[in-house]
Amino acid sequence: MRFLSSSIGKKIVVALTGLVLVGFVFGHMIGHLLMFAGPAAYNEYAHFLHTVGHGMGIWVARSVVFGSIIVHVLFTIQLTKQNRAARAEPYGYQHTQVASKSSRVMIISGLTLLSFFIYHILHFTVRVWHGFNQLPLFDLAGEKVFDAYQMMIKGFSFPLVTGFYILSMVFLCSHLSHGVASIPQTLGLNTEASGKLFKKLGLAFAFLILAGFSVVPLAINMGLVK
Amino acid sequence: MNLNLHLKVWRQASPNAKGSFQDIEARDIPDHASFLEMMDIVNERLIADGKEPVAFDHDCREGICGMCSMVINGRPHGPERATTTCQLHMRKFRNGDTIWIEPFRARAFPVMKDLMVDRSAFDRIMAAGGFVSVRTGAPQDANALPIGKEVADAAMDAAACIGCGACVASCKNASAMLFVSAKIGQLNALPQGQPEKHRRTLGMVRQMDKEGFGNCTNQYECEAACPKDVSRTWIASMNKDFAVASGREALLASARERSEGD
Ligand code: FES
Repeated sequence: MRFLSSSIGKKIVVALTGLVLVGFVFGHMIGHLLMFAGPAAYNEYAHFLHTVGHGMGIWVARSVVFGSIIVHVLFTIQLTKQNRAARAEPYGYQHTQVASKSSRVMIISGLTLLSFFIYHILHFTVRVWHGFNQLPLFDLAGEKVFDAYQMMIKGFSFPLVTGFYILSMVFLCSHLSHGVASIPQTLGLNTEASGKLFKKLGLAFAFLILAGFSVVPLAINMGLVK
Repeated sequence: MNLNLHLKVWRQASPNAKGSFQDIEARDIPDHASFLEMMDIVNERLIADGKEPVAFDHDCREGICGMCSMVINGRPHGPERATTTCQLHMRKFRNGDTIWIEPFRARAFPVMKDLMVDRSAFDRIMAAGGFVSVRTGAPQDANALPIGKEVADAAMDAAACIGCGACVASCKNASAMLFVSAKIGQLNALPQGQPEKHRRTLGMVRQMDKEGFGNCTNQYECEAACPKDVSRTWIASMNKDFAVASGREALLASARERSEGD
């Protein structure tokens, strides 16, 4: 379609898929924090996710998130290629006035997050390592369910894994610090005042996500959550 | 007071020639000279020495025509906020400074010679919709068309754009979206611009894409470099106008197909 081949059309799709992913990341973080509420609460939550809508719910959510990621990545790669081509010869004297460091490495933070995402899916969703699928089942009020709580404890018992997770969350924080505030601008909702507000909200959100995702693995590593 | 400056000036004989920086000592430059007058002095000395003067664009020299360009120490139009190169004064520099002077760099703005670039891409974008069509004849009474103060002020802010291309030069992606959005926004804001609003938006954005400018990544280097302080919010308005115009175009096309099918 003509809209999708235009610069602004692509940008709008990137903003919309970004918005979906922002929503997903926030929900995922809240779910994560249930680790502090103990094994029963966490496993009940995990069980709920896997059974809602007769087990269809999770596949709908997964398709939306996967689809958004694929489109977001493909379009940003195309846009970035065009952007590089548009400045064929670099300046002899490089100068940046207002663009943040994060805003200038979006493609790097983004592609790092993509590789993290693939690792994360293999780690906790497909569970290819550590024999998570052989974990003894958890007794959730008489019902035998998968022990997602134990999987988290085991998964984060290696400092190297924890380190990689937290590093990835730093990249996510960087990515969000520019991305969130860009959404209303690209969707054409910004005024002078709302632009400033969204910039602050975007930063606050980015650090909230960093903190929210880092405390669980750190707590597990320090033995605070067992 | 007079200044002695070390210039590093981009020299490029022709569009396809390979360019490089030339070191030029600019001695005894009066601090009340404008940047372009400094270049004039340098050029007169080059000519007196039998050398090729530095080619650069200029015209009004009073900050309204948008002809002067140059990237000075990495910043289009130099270090002063909201100031064109022609309005920049040498007192903003210090004795002994090294000053890098290069052309606006963008694939859509090919270098013609030294510091001169071809900005006719902007003209083609304007020709694709940056106007209001009116039948000729006697002008109507100015008061026949009431325009709210806020709208008039906003349109005036957008109209401050002199089309110099500093936004493209400063953008990390050589995007022209600040320029294009100011031109679209000025006319789309006013009642006279309404009849052609959608056609204008689609036409100008598509021409912009065709010229090979990059895509805005919301970093606002353009706004910081703009000699006329044109606001980033015009880009947001353009994004919205383009989405609406595209949606409308698609709906009309499908309606047309259906009626043709009958
Ligand atoms: S020469 Fe006209 S704006 Fe500078």
